[in-house]
Amino acid sequence: MKILTGNDLKTGDVIWWTGSDWSRHIEDAVDVGENFEALLHQEEAARRVNTPYAIDATATEDGPRPAHIKDRVRALGPTVRPDLTLKPADPEAGNWII
Amino acid sequence: MYQYDKYDQKMVDARVAEFRDQANRRIAGELTEDQFKPLRLKNGLYLQLHAYMLRVAIPYGTLNSRQMRMLATIARKYDRGYAHFTTRQNIQYNWIKLEQAADILADLSTVEMHAIQTSGESIRNVSSDQYAGATADEIVDPRPYAELIRQATSFHPEFSYMPRKFKIAVIASDEDRAAMRLHDLGFKLVRNDKGELGFEVYVGGGMGRTPFVSPLIRDFLPVDQMFSYTEAVLRVWNRWARRDNIHKQRIKILVHEWGAEKMKEKIEAEWQEILPNASDIPRKELERIATYFEAPAFDDEAAEEIDLSDPDFKIWVDQNVRPHKHPGYAIANISLKPVKGIPGDASADQIDLMADLAEQYSFDELRVTHAQNIVFAHVKKSDLYALWQKLDAAGLAPANIDLISDIIACPGLDYCSLANARSIPVAQKIAERFSDAEAQRDLGELKLKISGCINACGHHHSGHIGILGVDRKGTENYQLLLGGSGAEDASLGKITGPGFDEDGIVNAVATTVSKYKELREDGERFLDTYRRVGMAPFKEALYD
Amino acid sequence: MTDILRYRDDDAPMEPVVTISSFADQSNSSAVLIEAGDDVRDLLPHLDRLKLAVVDFPRFRDGRGYSSARILREAGYKGEIRAIGDVLVDQIWHMRRCGFDSFAPNSPLDPKVVEESLNRYEHVYQPAADDAVPIWKLRHG
Repeated sequence: MKILTGNDLKTGDVIWWTGSDWSRHIEDAVDVGENFEALLHQEEAARRVNTPYAIDATATEDGPRPAHIKDRVRALGPTVRPDLTLKPADPEAGNWII
Repeated sequence: MYQYDKYDQKMVDARVAEFRDQANRRIAGELTEDQFKPLRLKNGLYLQLHAYMLRVAIPYGTLNSRQMRMLATIARKYDRGYAHFTTRQNIQYNWIKLEQAADILADLSTVEMHAIQTSGESIRNVSSDQYAGATADEIVDPRPYAELIRQATSFHPEFSYMPRKFKIAVIASDEDRAAMRLHDLGFKLVRNDKGELGFEVYVGGGMGRTPFVSPLIRDFLPVDQMFSYTEAVLRVWNRWARRDNIHKQRIKILVHEWGAEKMKEKIEAEWQEILPNASDIPRKELERIATYFEAPAFDDEAAEEIDLSDPDFKIWVDQNVRPHKHPGYAIANISLKPVKGIPGDASADQIDLMADLAEQYSFDELRVTHAQNIVFAHVKKSDLYALWQKLDAAGLAPANIDLISDIIACPGLDYCSLANARSIPVAQKIAERFSDAEAQRDLGELKLKISGCINACGHHHSGHIGILGVDRKGTENYQLLLGGSGAEDASLGKITGPGFDEDGIVNAVATTVSKYKELREDGERFLDTYRRVGMAPFKEALYD
Repeated sequence: MTDILRYRDDDAPMEPVVTISSFADQSNSSAVLIEAGDDVRDLLPHLDRLKLAVVDFPRFRDGRGYSSARILREAGYKGEIRAIGDVLVDQIWHMRRCGFDSFAPNSPLDPKVVEESLNRYEHVYQPAADDAVPIWKLRHG
């Protein structure tokens, strides 16, 4: 699947395209297929997202999993600071990152 | 240390206003990211993996307690309660919001700090010796010269759209603690036969994907001509560097392509053109700056003896404390490299504590080192025990300066958008493997440096042992380098051979260290043994 | 013709612009185009007949033209130096300081925004081709 990501223009937060909006949680990301160029331009122009791009991902029961390690790290947070990730309470949360 | 006058303050305040305007134009959509990016980079603001990152300049690594406290305040107020001291004596925040960046700069300006020219294709923060003004081996305090050149290269009209970044270092000792020869422009203060003060000038060093140790370009430059000569170097580079390939635009490439002789001729010729319009800064301005760096009021009665009866304290003194030029004083290093820690990271509470302790024990002054540690430059020997106890209680007393667990590491793929591999977990695993205090002290000075990509922010080329993280078909892979040095015996490490995975590189370091122990002769550091025996025995141990 | 933002009192020269290499041979020409990779010092023997130096910025990040302008001013050239190409408002302050006194960029500049940006910094740290007094001189009178 292809999903869209970028950083929130004002806050810098990592965000994912949900089909109608942006979410901080990759679990909300939807498959955009191959026709995403116009969407990227539209969202960049709307200044909701900074430098959005499309990535390859695999659909799993727990949500999309990016193909590239960099986007997997982006999806949760720094592997060396679990307390600062999106799921600080779950020690297993980062098991799929590396 | 240096204090702003009304002019310095106005310049920084104007920059805050200018940046606020630029950030607002970006948020309002008047600037695209392509247009905004070079503007924000001129002021230290990156977009990293998880958020914006702000790099704040700590000129030549020196700051006072009030400034240090502000760094803690910013970590709490705008970030997530911690910050990262960098390999260029700066500090950076990892979780910054664009909409708050100008407010942070405004807060910084209240303590005479800024983020000007801390990134982008600009003349960066000037590096210097963290022991400046305290060590017996310097001929003069290098920081007034660093401050002079800092001001002269701030907002320079001719050199604000350079081929690439440009880094300057100023030192004044034979022992090089600032990796001077791995800078684009290096000044080493020396005296000539007549006893006059001047510089040896080195041009064209650097790390990155194509590392070079800089050659000597001028063996004596009178100190009063520092600025005009710097302009000549910058102009030659600005005019003749390549502009067609971002990876070949640093001055080191031009020096490499031309050779040191031609570079020298070009600079000298340009300097002769510039001199008739001489814009050199008069001696009285240097003297004005130098008054801020006069030695503090040392106590001439301070006791020489240190009570070393506490064995843990003794280890810390042996490893982290260095001689001071004034009797009864010492230089104390605070290691930001605890086992399981993140090299160079400090919590807001730790930053505040260091500020308080510096105020109490070190004339209100702190230094940041390129090895990502903190230095208290002027501590009474009789205060060392009390200082150590307070540091130890806050996790700030690892006794490992210059040992194998005092690892330099860039943020790597945990934070950085340029990285190919994580650096921090590798540093943590190696530090844990060698955590035994006796064992690492037995290994002696061993500088281990890790970068998560070829841009080399973790200085891997200049590690006695260097590690370079690469992307190998989508997984992290680590190459091992041996034989580098960033000190006065500067050299570049060589890659041993095929890379390793994360656990593999930790084992490879262990194998390398075992081989060294087997081969070393009396008093030899790892680097000395490597230089004597060469790569072959290590390669054999690693790959056969 | 693009709008030209000028900081001179004389009339803008209208002569055709030639390259540096042909300027030397064409003894009747008085306007030259300086491209980023040119050695502006080739012009110095002919400064007496130069009235307009047009410095091209192929990309705003290419800062070679700043040195070209400065070298002309250091050689005593008093005529017009015009920046063309990819020139943005955030650069005008530095360009003015290097001796540029007219601007005809690809995208027109808003004179009001330019004025604001030129007034932003009251002081300078270095002497340059303008008459701004460097801070060190103010400090010591």
